[in-house]
Formats: sequence, structure tokens, C-alpha cells
Amino acid sequence: MADWFAENGLLLGLALLDGLAYAALVFMVAVGLNLVFGVLRIVNVAHGSLFAIGAYTAASIGIFFASRGLPPWMSYVALVLAAVAVGAVLGPLIEKLLLRRIYGHEDVLQLLVTFALFMILEDVQKLIWGVQPISQDTPLRFLGTVDVPFGEDVIPFTAYQLFVLPGVAVATLLALAWFLRRTLTGRVIVAVTTDKEAATAMGIDAARIMLLTFTFGAGLAALGGALASPTTALVPGVGAQTIVLSFAVVATAGLGQIEGAALTSLLIGLGRSIAVYFAPEFEVVVPYLIMVAVLLVRPQGLFGVIETRRV
Amino acid sequence: MTEAVTRRATLLGAGATAGSLLFAGSGAHAQGKPSELKVGITTFLSGSASVFGVPAKQMGELLFEEINKAGGIGGVPVRPIFVDEAPGTDHLVGEFRRLVQNEGVQLIFASISSGSCLACTPLSDEMKKTTLLWDCGTQRIFEEGSHPFAFRTQGYGTPEVLAPLLYLLKHKPDFRTLAVINQDYAWGRDSWELWKAGMDALKPGVRVVAEMFPRFGATDFSTEVTRLLAARPDVILSTSWGGDLVTLLRQSAERRLFERSTFVLPIAEASMQILGRTMPAGHIIGARGDHFNNHPSPKDPARLKRFVDMYRAKYNEYPIYPCHHMAQAISAMQAGYAKAIAAKGGGWPNDQELANAFRGLTFDSPTSTITLREDGQGLEDQIVGLSSFNDKYPFAVPKDMILFPAAMVSTPVGQKSTDWLKTLKPEILAQVPAPIAG
Amino acid sequence: MRRESLLAALGAIGLVACAWAVPWLKFVLTIALAKGIAVLGILLLLRAGQVSFGHSMFLALGAYTVAFLAPSAPEVLLLLPLAGLLGAGLGLVLGLFLVRYRDIFFGMLNLAFAMVMYSLLEKLYALTKGTDGIRVARLTFAGLEPDRPTQEWIMFGIALGLAIGFGLLVRFYLASPMGRALAGIKTRETRLEFMGVPARRVLLAAYVLSALMGGVGGALIGMTTRHVTPQLAYWTSSGELVFIAILGGAGSALGPFLGATAFELVRVYAAAAVADAWQMILGGVLLVVILFAPGGIWGILARRRQA
Repeated sequence: MADWFAENGLLLGLALLDGLAYAALVFMVAVGLNLVFGVLRIVNVAHGSLFAIGAYTAASIGIFFASRGLPPWMSYVALVLAAVAVGAVLGPLIEKLLLRRIYGHEDVLQLLVTFALFMILEDVQKLIWGVQPISQDTPLRFLGTVDVPFGEDVIPFTAYQLFVLPGVAVATLLALAWFLRRTLTGRVIVAVTTDKEAATAMGIDAARIMLLTFTFGAGLAALGGALASPTTALVPGVGAQTIVLSFAVVATAGLGQIEGAALTSLLIGLGRSIAVYFAPEFEVVVPYLIMVAVLLVRPQGLFGVIETRRV
Repeated sequence: MTEAVTRRATLLGAGATAGSLLFAGSGAHAQGKPSELKVGITTFLSGSASVFGVPAKQMGELLFEEINKAGGIGGVPVRPIFVDEAPGTDHLVGEFRRLVQNEGVQLIFASISSGSCLACTPLSDEMKKTTLLWDCGTQRIFEEGSHPFAFRTQGYGTPEVLAPLLYLLKHKPDFRTLAVINQDYAWGRDSWELWKAGMDALKPGVRVVAEMFPRFGATDFSTEVTRLLAARPDVILSTSWGGDLVTLLRQSAERRLFERSTFVLPIAEASMQILGRTMPAGHIIGARGDHFNNHPSPKDPARLKRFVDMYRAKYNEYPIYPCHHMAQAISAMQAGYAKAIAAKGGGWPNDQELANAFRGLTFDSPTSTITLREDGQGLEDQIVGLSSFNDKYPFAVPKDMILFPAAMVSTPVGQKSTDWLKTLKPEILAQVPAPIAG
Repeated sequence: MRRESLLAALGAIGLVACAWAVPWLKFVLTIALAKGIAVLGILLLLRAGQVSFGHSMFLALGAYTVAFLAPSAPEVLLLLPLAGLLGAGLGLVLGLFLVRYRDIFFGMLNLAFAMVMYSLLEKLYALTKGTDGIRVARLTFAGLEPDRPTQEWIMFGIALGLAIGFGLLVRFYLASPMGRALAGIKTRETRLEFMGVPARRVLLAAYVLSALMGGVGGALIGMTTRHVTPQLAYWTSSGELVFIAILGGAGSALGPFLGATAFELVRVYAAAAVADAWQMILGGVLLVVILFAPGGIWGILARRRQA
């Protein structure tokens, strides 16, 4: 064991850096999904589509800014702008037109409404953005790279990957924690998550809270997409890939738990990157194995609360 | 046949489901000259492989329009019917049947995905319907069985991997270490197996420092790039394509991996326009054939120019290799029909006569000519070169191009590619033509 | 109840007539029947209020069983029960773990196992040929190897026969105490326990039965398409099965077959009409069904009958 570490310790260090950046992206998507699930009790399959649309929108705005000759730091404005725009437009639209009509129906119907929405949005993306890969990496190039020492060698990492992604994720986590614990609206959201019936009985306008939460969740999904957009090429199908991983995070984390989502994302991110270094064949299976392992020990998820059983 | 059709038609009228009525009656197709020549074309219209499927479809539509303006094929107007491959094999084989039995297509162009082709060729045998494999690359098709109604109108995996390998051995003969990062699906795996067999035969002792097969459609390769940066291989091979390749190359460029290793990218051509100046110069790029925009010696330069301009005028992009492959299939179809109609003294060929015409057929491609061998495999030349920039194109095109004659890099009829590659001797390098500046 | 049987009989005759009249539809309908059998399993679990979002793993298991074994044991009458048994076996192993979970955990764990299966089928390239998939070798029927058109009819017949058989089985099962207890899991599980009914065992039995039907459905798909790929196990395929269950209506054992037929026909016609936007059409159909006819096609038919 000691020998193994002596030999591979440095590599493990690199894997941790990679895993951290990946975990940040996973967290950004999963936390929105988890929040929405906590309040609305809907597993939003279309969350992945919102991620994709956020990414595409960010790339489009970024390309537009660049074509107008705006300074490169404006590309960061483009990222935020895309997230806000997608969240503010699509969030209320979806919640009011579709979800609102099926609250209280069977779970499976709610799930399928979002599945149908996912199918429709997949084609809508294709109609708007076409099929050729779209990419916009100004935010990445703006910050340049950082050389990380590796024995006698150095490994260049992009500053974006090393600082921006984890930074935004941590900031989001802290801001959310503060919002949910310290503000009135946040506490109301927590109350609805914990017990909707009791919360409504106490005079909370659940409909408003649901609209708010969904819009917020949609914005987070779009922000996740926007943040991912500079590092990747956008093609049809990115939504489907992203969402299935977020499902695993949400179930592992425990419902509605943002700290759980953070820890699970970290586990999955690190697990995956360590797998890429030492057992690449397992890379794809790692998140699911982690999920099964966690649920075996804690059937309600890492941070989940055991729900009182109804009689 | 006719009797059966009338009986079926009556029964349909009597009360089958409403849905099937929509398609009723069109099941029959006349034996003589049809009023319309229908071609069923399976391609990716959704999902990540639509980056190839949609440009090919667009090119196909332009070319069919041109053919119809010029009076069609043998005086018959042509109508393409496009079908999406993306929903999966069970759907696609159903669509193949629908195209043949219901739409009455005379000819099928099958598939980008190797999996789709492997599922469609046995159907062509069974339904005796001529099927042109217009884009898929798996060597398994004609090496694992014979398919009398299937013909591949372009090259395939073996020449597409061997040509870049030979180029690398010429360009950088002293490399000692290599890493591979391919998409985790059949082509990614097969191309690596082919490369490995060839490399072990031609240059034994190369150390493979990393074998990575990230998930097909992966959106992030930063971990893989870090590993490659740390391993410092002399050469990095990637046969990836589409969004995967674009992401991999951009992340590699940002983190200066191109300065540490020489990349060999056999399918890079289709991504060069999207990458633009991000693609560094001096790395080995291929095009799954000879269709680079700066082809040094096209057979008919005016034809190539017209082809490129036609696509650019409509879509404001240069055509990529799937557009060429589509054009090749269409050109083969024209040549095949001309030959079959001539053989029948002006009569319209039946399925068997049409298939007979394709065996040994030679037809023009936008860049050159292609001959279909007796096993159905097309012989398409391969061009490989070093990425470079000039004033004419806003994206990387090859320089120091080597044009590999198809016969030199293709497995002989009746042999299996991996077995044949193992028998290669370093002497083959002496036969490689000299590079052309370009 | 008599109306349900009448409708089933009419449906079966309609399918046969349709397959006879439009030869290429025979293939599509065979696939629809096969999927319908798998969806019967979804229906069972829905009775308990549980959604398996990974049921396509049993389809894939059945299909790959056929693909792997056909070269050495090409007998359809042997492969079908074997695929069912293997499906039930996997269902039992996973079920022992899964029945401890409810709702989203149940759904997502199923999804996780299906994704593991998908990844394995993709990754174990030497065995499975990855995403290229495996061509199913020639099959024999009771030792005979008839010509293709006859084979297609036989496959269609077998699928129809099994669909009727499993449909009846599920109907009886749902009417039995074990089936009624399923509804108890959905409404008030603790009450079941008070009455001395072990909820987990009830759910396990249903899960194993549903896995068995998934295996059989998958085997039929493999035998009909003659080519199997890992796509069968991807999460969107599982989504499709749940889609079909709702489209057809969860109220009757006839629902899955109504749903599967409608699904396959809509997909085929949508793909023929607008090859590059068929997903949108399917999604639209699903939305309309959920919003305006949550009982599915069966719900529409049943309501009309009562009116």
C-alpha cells in the first residue's frame, strides 16, 4: 500500500484536482434537481434539457458578444445572462402551463410529463441550434492556464477549471444554505419540503413557493449548462447524458438535501477521475456503484430523513 | 402477387386499423419502368451522430434536385426518403422493411453507424434489395460473410487507419511511446485493434502508455488530458469524431498538450471548420478518404469546385466527408442504373439485374473514381497530411499530403483485416508515395 | 369484465387482420406485442405505486440471452422460457435488495442497475461487440427451420399467444390476494403489515413476475429484430416502457398492448411524416394523453362504454 502511494501519489493528486472540477459541474446540475424535487416532489427529467438550453444560450450570447467586439470579460456576463434568461423564461412557463395541472396526480404521471417535455425540448434544441458542435471558449482563454508542479514536470490546468468551477459551486452551496436557513422565503421553502400539508395549513401560499422554487431550479440547471459550455462542444444529446447522472446524485444525497448533493457530487467526481487514472473501464459505472453502496447503508440517502410512515 | 394485393386491399377496406389505411395500396410496385424511383436513405437525423447525418442529408437533397432537373435516372425522377437511425436497431429494421415493402423503394442507402449496417445487410440479402452502404466503416461486413445485394461505395476502417499509420511512420519514424484515446464504441475499439496490429507488425516495441476509451458522447475530457500531459507520450492517437473530438482537441489545445505530443487524427477533417484556428498546425489529419478541400490532384477540378460551391452557396459551410460519401453513393447509383439499363437494352432492371450491375462497377466521386471490388467493397484512395493554415481557408487543411492508393492500404479480398495487418512488412514503407506540398 | 375479454378478442383479431393486410406492419406489431408483455410488468408494479425506471434491463437481458445462446441452442421453444427464467432470476436477486425501497429510491435504483447493465454491455467489448451489437443467429422452431415469411408469422403468432397468456395471468394475479395486497402498498403500507401481510414479499413476488415478463419480451424483440444492441438497456428505453404503460392505461391488463401498439404506430408514422422531429410528436402525444386522458387509451375506451 505504501509503495503504491509512493508510486502513484502524485497521480492521485492530479486526479483530485480533476475530480474537484468535475464534481463542481455535477453539483451545479444536481442541486437544482434536488431542490425542485424537495418542494414539488417531481423528478424533473427535463432538467437535463434546461441544462442543455442554458449551455447553448450561453454559447450563443458569448459568440454574439465576441462578434460585437466586446471585451473578453463580458463572456462571463454572457454566462450569467443565459442562466437568468433561461430560468426566468422557461421556468415559469413550464411550471404554469404544465406542472401546475398535474400536482396531486400520481407520481408516475408527473414524471412522464417531464419526460414528454424532455422529448419535445430535444427536438426544439435541434431546430434552434442545429446539429453541428457549437463551442465558445472565451471565458477559458481569458483566464489562461496555471502550471501545477508534478515531480520534475509541470502540468498546465486551465484557471477556469481549477478556480472558477469549484469557486462557483462552493459559492452556490453557501448562498443556498444561507438563503434556505436565514431568509423568510428560504425557510418557507424548507417548511414546504419537510411537510407540505402542515405548511399550507399554517397559511403558506404553496403555489407561489412551488413556482418560485421551480424557476430557481431551472435557473440553476441553466447556470450549470452555462458554466459547462466553455469547456465542451455542444451537440444534440448532452441533456440526456447529464440528467441520468443527476438522478443518481439526487437519490444518493437524500431528497431536498443540498449538503447531501454537494457531498455526493464530490464522491462521484473524485470516484470518476480516480477511475480514469487507475481503472478506466469502471469510469461509467462508478456513480451507480456509489449510489447502490450508499443506499445499502443508508436507505434514505446520505442526508435523508426517514419519513414518518402513514397509517 | 397482384391477386394477393387485391385480396389484401379488399380486406383493408373491410376494417383493419385506421392507421394502416394511410399506407394502404402502396405496397405494390410495378415491374416495368416506375413513375418514380424511390431511394430509402438511413442516416442520423437526431442524437450526437447527426453532426454527420444532417450535412449528408442536405448534400443528398441538393444532388437529387440536380439529377431531377437533368431528367432523373433513365428518365425517371428520383425521390429520396430519409429515415432516422437514432431510435435504435429495432426501430431501424422495421423502417427498412417499411421502405421496401410499403414505400416500394428500389434501392437503399444504409447507415452511418456500423451497428445499423450490420443489422441492415442481412435484410438486404433476405429481401433481395440492393443496398449501398454509404458511410459505415466496420470491416466486419464483408470479411465475416458475403452479401450479394450489399455494396460499400467508400473506403472502410482498415485503409482509414493504415494510411495514417504509414504516414506517421514516414513522418516521425523514431517515436517510442504512444497513447490512445478513442470513443468507447465499436469504431473506437476496432480502429485501435487495427492500428495495434499494424503498428506491432511495422514497428515492434512501441510502448503504449495509456489506453483510454471514454464514454461515447462524453462532454469533458479534462481528466484524460491531465493523464496524457503527465504521461508525455510521443504520439497520441484518436479516431474520435463529432462533438467528442472537438471537445478533446479544444481541451488539449488550451492545456498545451499539442506541444508535448504529436496527434494522429484519422477523422479530423469533419471537425476542422468548427475548430478553426484552435486546431494547432503540424499534426497528422485524415478524412476517411481523399476528400480534402485542397485535394492536390482531383480527377476533375471543375467538378470538385462545383460540388463544394453548391453546398457552400446553400449552407454557408464547406462540405465535410459525409457529404462526399453521400455524393459517392448517389454517383454509384447513377452509374449502376446506367449500366443495368444498358445491359437490358434500355429496359428497366429488376432487383437482381440492378445488383449485378454494381459488381465491379467504377464510378466518379467528386474527387476521383471508385471501383467496387468483387466482394462489394469500394476502393477509395486515402489522403493524409499535416494540419496547416493558408490564406484560402479559415480552418486547418493538410499540407505535405500523401495520397495512398486504395489497393495498397485495403485488405485483399477474402482475408481478415487483423490477420492481414499482422503480415505487413516494413518494406511497405518504401512503396508509400512521396508527399505533395499542397 | 366480459367487455374486456370481448375487446381483447376483437383486438387480437384486428392485429391478425392488420398483419395479414399490411405485411411490413407484422414486424412492427410483433415488436409492439413484445413490448406490451414487458409493460405488463410495469403495470404490476404501478399497482403498488412503484415506477421502475430501469425495466429495460430485463428486455436487454432477454434479448442478449437469445443473441448469446442462439448459435449453440437455436431452438425458440427453449430460448423463450430460458430468457424468462433468467429474467426472473435477475429480478429475484435485485428484487431482494430493491423491495426495501419505495418511490423515487425504487425508481432510481432500478435506473442505476439498468445503467450498470448498459455500461457493461457497452464496455465488455470482447464479449458483446459493444454498441455494434450482436447479430442473432438462425433460429429453429420445434426443430424446423421454415422460410422467412413463415418464420415471421410464427414469431407474430408466438408473441400474440404469449401476450394473451400473460395478459390473462396478470389479470388473475391482480384479482388474487397477492395482487390486491399490491394496491395496499400504494395506499397504506403499514396497514398491510398490521394485517400480517409482509409487504416486501408481496412486492418481491410482483417484481420477479415483472422481470420474467421483461425477459420474455426482450427475447421476443431479439428474435424479431435479429440484432440486439445495448441501446435496449439505456434509460430512455425504460422511459419508453413507462410511457407505454401510461399511454395504454394502467387500469386493465389490456392497457399495455393498446399502449404498445399505439406507441409503435405513432412512432412509425411520425418518423415517416417528419423524420427529424418524431420525438417532438411522441412527446406531444404523451402530454396530451396525460393532461386530457390520464386513464390512457383504456380509460377512454372504458369510459365510452359506460356512457
